[in-house]
Amino acid sequence: MKFLVCISKVPDTTSKIGFTDNNSKFNEAGVQFIVNPYDEWYALVRALELKEANGGSVTIITVGEQSDEPVMRKALAIGADEAVRINAKSDDSFFIAKQIAEYAKNNSFDVVLCGKETINFNSAQVPATIAELLDMPLVSLATKLDINGNTATLERDVQGGSEVVEVQTPFVLSAAKGMAEQRIPNMKGIMMARSKPLNVVEPVSVEAHTEILSYELPSGKTECKYVEADKMDELIELLHNEAKVI
Amino acid sequence: MSSVLVFADSKNNKITKASLETVAYGSKIANDNGGSCTVVTYGDIPEAELKTLGAYGAKEVVVARSASNDSQVLSKLTADVVSEKGSDVIVFSQDFTGKAVAPRVSAKLNAGLVSGVIDYPNTSEGFTVKKNAFSGKAFAYASIKTDKKVISIVPNSIGITKGEGEASVSDFQGTLATAGVTVKESKVKGGEGILLDEAELVVSAGRGLKGPENWGMIEELASEMGAATACSRPVSDIGWRPHHEHVGQTGIAIRPNLYIAVGISGAIQHLAGVNASKTIVVINTDPEAPFFKAADYGIVGDAFEVVPKLIEAYKNFKQANN
Ligand SMILES: Cc1cc2nc3c(=O)[nH]c(=O)nc-3n(C[C@H](O)[C@H](O)[C@H](O)COP(=O)(O)OP(=O)(O)OC[C@H]3O[C@@H](n4cnc5c(N)ncnc54)[C@H](O)[C@@H]3O)c2cc1C
Ligand SMILES: Nc1ncnc2c1ncn2[C@@H]1O[C@H](COP(=O)(O)O)[C@@H](O)[C@H]1O
Repeated sequence: MKFLVCISKVPDTTSKIGFTDNNSKFNEAGVQFIVNPYDEWYALVRALELKEANGGSVTIITVGEQSDEPVMRKALAIGADEAVRINAKSDDSFFIAKQIAEYAKNNSFDVVLCGKETINFNSAQVPATIAELLDMPLVSLATKLDINGNTATLERDVQGGSEVVEVQTPFVLSAAKGMAEQRIPNMKGIMMARSKPLNVVEPVSVEAHTEILSYELPSGKTECKYVEADKMDELIELLHNEAKVI
Repeated sequence: MSSVLVFADSKNNKITKASLETVAYGSKIANDNGGSCTVVTYGDIPEAELKTLGAYGAKEVVVARSASNDSQVLSKLTADVVSEKGSDVIVFSQDFTGKAVAPRVSAKLNAGLVSGVIDYPNTSEGFTVKKNAFSGKAFAYASIKTDKKVISIVPNSIGITKGEGEASVSDFQGTLATAGVTVKESKVKGGEGILLDEAELVVSAGRGLKGPENWGMIEELASEMGAATACSRPVSDIGWRPHHEHVGQTGIAIRPNLYIAVGISGAIQHLAGVNASKTIVVINTDPEAPFFKAADYGIVGDAFEVVPKLIEAYKNFKQANN
């Protein structure tokens, strides 16, 4: 089985969010970057487990700049065999998906795994776009993955519950919580990651469909109003007459 | 921009609440621009139910009765109706189905997609939408540069407006794509339970509750109020609650009108999933709990004393208002 895992670099979950250049750019000063949790904990780790059980290879791919390489090395330290960086920076999901789809087309993978969304743009657009560009089935929001020969059995989240589904390889999935457990890279992994191949590929030419013009921070919350613990009638009255939510 | 197409999802052969919101949203865009709104949907939904979409502003409904919920099937269906109707704006709900189908439709039509939209588009200059970014910690304004535009809106961000009217209903005449994914087993809760992602009221609890046996009062409060239940991540990790109830950065993001957080500290990753709620009530023994900074109303106190009082107060309120 050849697995391709799509990895994106995102600000750490506790980062302070701010913007520069007239609110048009994310302020990276003092921000720590990590592998997008869904990509790392779920997609990557499950691909590694399946490779360890049945053989094969795990390639990670990132559409990004050289500054993305440290997080790619982390994915190699966790156990991926090789890395590919498409040398481009874009906020446009179609642009990103097209780059990954082109690479996947030329290198025929059995399963393309993505996270369910990035925690900075929360778009949940890249996985299904890759699937469409490759004309492959998609299992969106998958929480379990097993493969037997060419048949994969998955569980996926749907509204109000889940479904067990079956699909033939090749296919694309987006991974949600449950698919695997986080793995902490060990010293040996970190050492080995340094010598694993990280290939840089130039992007294909694609016109971006969308553009982010500016960002905005939510307006500050009003002060919290305290209600005494034995005055729940007062709380109900505030929720009814002041907040008007009940 | 004249013609708007809305994709509507269904559950138990009823159009979902999130989809009704999407229909109302699409119809408003169509009306503001002198166009009309068509709905495409699928499944064995009764004709009468489909006609009522007219009350939310739809002129026509096209239904593919034998289509499955597969993304390849639904994206071809939607793209076919787009080309038949000449739609310029295609609207989805950013829900389970929307996440799988909208990007495929966008790639098929070579049309730009912005997901996570929380307001009406600004069309005074180009086509710009406001969307969630950084897990609820910021917003982005994104412009779609292609002729056709696809957007998917976050449930509960616009609200539903209902008027009068009946939509005309017709069956989809084209051919359906073959589904690559086959459903072997459905573990969807039956009945009329309130779905967390569509709920207007949510009662949520965390590790402060000490154990799964103490959730009875949370469920009672929720059922009194007609609210959905939710929980923090550690609570679903240790199996006190089912994992689909977990909200936050790694769970689901919600934006109810009211979020009541009981015994939850308010870690930044938890807030990421709930801070778009209109009103937040926090019940916590620790006056220093970070959640109070994000709260509109705070109660410093023991959940085991406060929640039963709140249930009683709500019951009295319900009686007085009946
Ligand atoms: C990358 C990453 C992603 C994460 N994603 C999520 C996520 O999506 N969702 C999420 O929820 N968490 C997430 N977390 C975990 C998060 O950081 C917190 O650990 C978690 O939210 C804490 O859960 P809690 O508030 O239930 O428990 P605790 O932090 O243990 O808080 C319990 C609270 O209950 C109060 N309490 C105790 N007894 C009572 C009582 N009798 N009555 C009232 N109050 C009481 C305490 O004062 C305390 O504030 C994530 C963490 C990381 C690192
Ligand atoms: N720049 C990128 N490079 C590689 N994979 C990406 C990139 N951006 C997004 N992805 C993948 O697509 C998933 C969903 O991202 P998004 O559609 O942006 O929310 C992520 O979890 C990644 O697996």
